[in-house]
Amino acid sequence: MLEIRDLHAGVGDVEILKGINLTVKAGEFHAIMGPNGSGKSTLARVLSGHHSYTCTRGDVLYKGKSILELPPEERAREGIFMAFQYPYEIPGVSTQEFLKTAYNSLREHRGQTELDAVEFYRFLKDKLQVVEMDPSYLNRPLNDGFSGGEKKRNEILQMAVLEPDLAVLDETDSGLDIDALRIVSEGINRLRSPSKAVLLITHYQRILEYVGPDYVHVLMDGRIVESGDGSLAQHLEEHGYDWVRDQVATA
Amino acid sequence: MADKATIQAIADQEYQYGFVTEIDQDKVAPGLNEDVIRLISEKKGEPDFMLQWRLRAYRHWLTMKEPTWQNVYYPPIDYQDIVYYAAPKQGPESLDEVDPEILETYEKLGIPLEEQKWLAGVAVDAVFDSVSVATTHQERLAEMGIIFCSFSEAVKNHPDLIKKYLGSVVPYTDNFYATLNSAVFSDGSFCYIPKGVRCPVELSTYFRINARDTGQFERTLIVADEGSYVSYLEGCTAPMRDENQLHAAVVELVALGNAEIKYATVQNWYPGDKDGKGGIYNFVTKRGKCVGDDSRISWTQVETGSSITWKYPGVILQGDRSVGEFYSIALTNNYQQADTGTKMIHLGRDTRSTIVSKAISAGHGNNTYRGLVRIGPRAARAKNYTQCDSLLIGDQCGAHTFPYVEVKNSTSNMEHEATTSKINEEQLFYCQQRGISPENAVGLIVSGFCREVVKKLPFEFAVEASRLLGVSLEGSTG
Repeated sequence: MLEIRDLHAGVGDVEILKGINLTVKAGEFHAIMGPNGSGKSTLARVLSGHHSYTCTRGDVLYKGKSILELPPEERAREGIFMAFQYPYEIPGVSTQEFLKTAYNSLREHRGQTELDAVEFYRFLKDKLQVVEMDPSYLNRPLNDGFSGGEKKRNEILQMAVLEPDLAVLDETDSGLDIDALRIVSEGINRLRSPSKAVLLITHYQRILEYVGPDYVHVLMDGRIVESGDGSLAQHLEEHGYDWVRDQVATA
Repeated sequence: MADKATIQAIADQEYQYGFVTEIDQDKVAPGLNEDVIRLISEKKGEPDFMLQWRLRAYRHWLTMKEPTWQNVYYPPIDYQDIVYYAAPKQGPESLDEVDPEILETYEKLGIPLEEQKWLAGVAVDAVFDSVSVATTHQERLAEMGIIFCSFSEAVKNHPDLIKKYLGSVVPYTDNFYATLNSAVFSDGSFCYIPKGVRCPVELSTYFRINARDTGQFERTLIVADEGSYVSYLEGCTAPMRDENQLHAAVVELVALGNAEIKYATVQNWYPGDKDGKGGIYNFVTKRGKCVGDDSRISWTQVETGSSITWKYPGVILQGDRSVGEFYSIALTNNYQQADTGTKMIHLGRDTRSTIVSKAISAGHGNNTYRGLVRIGPRAARAKNYTQCDSLLIGDQCGAHTFPYVEVKNSTSNMEHEATTSKINEEQLFYCQQRGISPENAVGLIVSGFCREVVKKLPFEFAVEASRLLGVSLEGSTG
């Protein structure tokens, strides 16, 4: 599904990612952890094609093809979704209108006919149940005046609508209370299937208890320095990152 | 990626209505003097009172100076180089006799001129250069006592109404362009809704400037008698020309006791090319007067065309408890300039006014909101709410706000809110990440920004307005 080969990327002259190697196969769930400033969010933004970042070396293959030259909307239409750490507000544009525009862009790309407002609403109503959101949300302007938890649930709603093959979740669990965390986790679990993959970036081991990742990686100073199964997260929770740092220093 | 090049590409979309209709024209030689005015009046077969009014205006105009206070820039206009009268030679008696080429032009503009469009609820008085070529549904409206005809017909058939109301809101001495219009106006629309009648359809005029170098000077007068209601739509397009064309219209609205007038404009005149060459100068005086108690006048405008837009549709709130509203979207792209806003003059007690202005600047566009709220000494408990929002796309454009306030009654209440925002790259990226192209993303953000105003438009116009905003912004992301 996703193959990152020796990826170097940064902003201007500052290199942030310094040689990332990572392979994610269909059906897998990977978690990426790491201290602040290690490059986690940069990785998510580079994968989705943010124009502030330049890739200086290496490649990113998605479904066997390099995507580095593709604009963000092309990547999205090919099935890459990123849940934003800080979702943006679009005043005056209802959540439903935004979702319909996004979903129809995808359908157009696949050569399908666009759904009209009524058809789309029917489709959307089922998706709302996934994130336990009231239909009244749909008429509210996108993320405008939403609480932090509502914004994150809205990201999961968008993911449920767009049904991506590869979901990159950038700290979707941060700032959530226990109920919202459960709802978001269920939304993520619902997406999981043998044909889809998830890459979750997080600070906390807490969400991993709900979603049970297949692999956990530690990102430090722009490199993946440690990989393991779910138990690695537990170990990090108990012992912090210092031991990894020591290990890197010794090596 | 949403870089400047992409944004530029969207802004570069060309004006779609730039075609010229080849028909025989009856034109007066360029230039202006009393003989030209007499000739215009004679060609139109006007009664003497009309000619005298024109001449008074012309003589006053000679004493006036062109204003310079506005925040727009253009080379000097040679008023002796303008053609003041052009009419299609063939004078139609009915819709069947209208020159097929003219009908075809309207067809391209998508104007519903056919009789069956009555069912769609639109009655159209189409102005083609200076003469109204076709007025539909007149008879059916006439059964209700509603008069809806060209201004020329009204001068001949309803001289008493014209004498009573012409210049009652915008006197011929009002300002340089209104005075010029009063002297040379060619045609326009007249509408009278009798007491207690609710006009069952949206009345609509489609102005179109066609002849080369023809300044167009329409005059519109709408009178809503006591307890009546009318909604009026005005839409404009012009063919593409290299020379700038002057458009100096006057619109007067009169609302008597408990009457309501809604006036909506979607203005899509040729804005000039991407380097700022050509385009229409739109210097227009629009004003309504809530003469009677409990009357209401509302202006809604969507301004996407013209190289220069300069107008302030206002309301004089004379009657007690009368209400004035102004909802505006002004979009400037490339080298377009707009200096627009409103005047709300509160004279009566418990009068209320609402101003919502949405200005969008892209490319090198320059957008100015200029508004005056005046509360007179007698206007106890008058209320005004003003909201001015500006949206900037790119970093070469400008937005300016000049709110003027004069309050002479201490029991009044005024609120003013203003915001300026920029479509930022993160917002665009967010949309792109959801599979939405940068062009559609800008369209989406702009439509959200304008939503409050667009929803005030009649449904058909709202669809048209949203489409126009999209077209006008093509090439503006960056």
